[in-house]
Amino acid sequence: MTTSIAVETLDLSSFFPGIVSHDTRPGYSGWVVDKLHLFEFVLKLRDEYGYDLLSSVTGVDYYPDDKMEVVYHSFKTTGGPVLNYKVQVPRQDPVEVPSLVSIFPGVELQEREIWDLFGIVFTGHPDLRRILMWEGFSGHPLRKDWKEAYFEEESKPFKSRWPEGKIIHAENNNKFNDNISYPSGFDPEKWVPEGEAALYGALAKYEYTSSDGIKSDNIVVNLGPQHPSTHGVFRVTVVLDGENIVNLKPVMGYLHRNHEKIGERNTFLQNMPYTDRLDYLSSLSNNFGYALAVEKLMNIAIPERADYIRVIMAELTRISNHCMALGALFNDLGTFFTPLIYLLEERELILDIFEAVTGSRMMCNYFRFGGVARDLPEGTYEKIKGLVFERLPRKIDEIDRFMSENEIIRSRAIGQGILTPEEAIRHSATGPLLRASGIPYDIRRADPYSVYERFDFDIAVGQHGDIYDRYLVRLIEMRQSVRIIQQAIKGLPAGEIQTGKPQYQVRVPAGESYGRVESPKGELGFYVISTGKPSPWRYHVRAPSFINLTPYGHMCKGQKIADIVAILGSIDIVLGEVDR
Amino acid sequence: MDVKEINSPGYDIPDDLENQVAITTLDKIYNWGRSASVWPLMFALACCGIEYICAQASRFDLSRFGMEVTRPSPRQSDLMLVSGTVTKKMMPTIVRLYNQMPEPKYVIAMGACASGGGPFKEGYNVVSGIDRYIPVDVYIPGCPPTPQALLNGLIKLQEKISKQSLKTVRWYQKGEDRASIPVPILGPDLIDPRKITLITNSQVEEKSS
Repeated sequence: MTTSIAVETLDLSSFFPGIVSHDTRPGYSGWVVDKLHLFEFVLKLRDEYGYDLLSSVTGVDYYPDDKMEVVYHSFKTTGGPVLNYKVQVPRQDPVEVPSLVSIFPGVELQEREIWDLFGIVFTGHPDLRRILMWEGFSGHPLRKDWKEAYFEEESKPFKSRWPEGKIIHAENNNKFNDNISYPSGFDPEKWVPEGEAALYGALAKYEYTSSDGIKSDNIVVNLGPQHPSTHGVFRVTVVLDGENIVNLKPVMGYLHRNHEKIGERNTFLQNMPYTDRLDYLSSLSNNFGYALAVEKLMNIAIPERADYIRVIMAELTRISNHCMALGALFNDLGTFFTPLIYLLEERELILDIFEAVTGSRMMCNYFRFGGVARDLPEGTYEKIKGLVFERLPRKIDEIDRFMSENEIIRSRAIGQGILTPEEAIRHSATGPLLRASGIPYDIRRADPYSVYERFDFDIAVGQHGDIYDRYLVRLIEMRQSVRIIQQAIKGLPAGEIQTGKPQYQVRVPAGESYGRVESPKGELGFYVISTGKPSPWRYHVRAPSFINLTPYGHMCKGQKIADIVAILGSIDIVLGEVDR
Repeated sequence: MDVKEINSPGYDIPDDLENQVAITTLDKIYNWGRSASVWPLMFALACCGIEYICAQASRFDLSRFGMEVTRPSPRQSDLMLVSGTVTKKMMPTIVRLYNQMPEPKYVIAMGACASGGGPFKEGYNVVSGIDRYIPVDVYIPGCPPTPQALLNGLIKLQEKISKQSLKTVRWYQKGEDRASIPVPILGPDLIDPRKITLITNSQVEEKSS
């Protein structure tokens, strides 16, 4: 790991006089950049200061103040803490901010999301359409003055239910007795649906003339949202020339469950079970990221035993997630279900541990601010020990022996879906996808959190950036996770598992914070803004599955249609996290 | 259903025909065959879909109930397991899939979200339960239901199937197809074609008030 300049010592305002100023609001850090000089600033930051990974972009609405903000989080791939900068714009329509797609293509989908949810127009964006909602939806839901159909109050607990404990059905307050509302002036008789003209319009031309003067058509094929190999309700629209992919657009939002809007009504602790349902294959990693973000704001220390338990649980999650990811990838490569069922067996054993420790197989809801919910129950210690010292190493070797040299796997995976290291960084890829391209960037090393510094483990890195390397990286990561748990379980200290008394309502000082962990899918970040009230002002999830889909079209172009499925499998997405 | 049950239709069998002839009702044999070979649609929406995969795998093993044959096409399946949060954007697709399934068809709402919106009910893109659009046969509570709970729900569905009668089932009645449902439209918000007059009236009311 390289030692890097801490953000605070880097005085950007003197390097960019008149363009950049320090964000002086209490609890905030980072820099405010003048909108007109954003390009200049970003280029210099990348080329001269090495901040080459523009990890996350999100919007904040400061209604009733006349201000909207776009927040950028930027990192060095050589390691080091976050550098965040903001562009502030007045809240009058049209709210315009220059698009960074030409420098960092990785922001393409994220800027579309901000346009969809906040109504901020990114000038110069090549394809600014709605992404999570559909074309023609009324309003921009994450604006603070936009109210959903079941709106009751700004924040929970709702006065109608607490302290009296009355039960009100939200349907009864709606005139349609359903979760719908229409803008005034809407007439269903005269209205014409917008349909998907915008999507197909964005997919380049369908007609072309070949070199010998023959006019020919490309065909458009839709896969999903109901398709067995899209790992859920994901949809891909491809333009094909014969069997070759000319253009590809991911279409998402079929599982958009409004985490961020609901999260801004919830209290801080009420959000914890919701994070489970983001990436539902690795709920404990999600807990980890959110707990870190809020703990940073609250500035509390975590007891050593709790930290060790957290690491053990997060690494078990990584193994169980990779079991599912590899099983699904093998499925997509043509081994119909058999390896998946082998791997699910190991996953079940890990889920047994989760059930014993947290009370639930999948939705663990185990972390608390300042520790964990409960201690390891009797017998679990031995169970984990047996698993990581005896069973898992042998089983991982078994999968390696069965699959790595398999002829079909090799011929379908080697050299397919290549992502070069430069393109991977430009597209903000993280996690196994980035490491398979040859960049040894793992947040557990690059910006260590919790007690990861105490453990001895290697970062898995690929060389070719193809599907096969992504498979190998995940396999090696499982071995390394076993190694970390072996060390953690041996050194597990006795003591408290929670700082202070457990509380339902925590007091979070005003300010912003960005907590991130290396989740099994990549960099999972939580951007939380508190105003000192019981619920967060802004709760944003930097979802690795979502952002790792940005280079998907790039990887698929020129490949055959059958590779769409294999490449998607190698990215390893979970729709709960893609659509949130 | 065991052999004894199939062989006791309530008629006396002559002594010399015992062990050679079995008498049963058409309903019983028909339902016995159907309930032991329900083919689900390969269709997972969210978290509950993962528990469904676990129930398919070796530990819980759905093939004990004749349900291991998941079909990727709705045209070949009998059962739609709505496993996860139903969003407004997904709703037209689900109704279309339901309409494409041939009769007899069954729907299970798996988990809190599919049954009534669950933890995400207040969200602006979430449908408050799949039963607002398509008829549901069995509801399974839980978030997500464990594989055991899912198995219990599937056994309940088998019980329901074995109680049906050829005379009264929907798909052997004369007349038009009663199972097809108008597909919702994505407008400024989700529009149910069955509610268009209600929407128009309320908009007129709003204007006049």
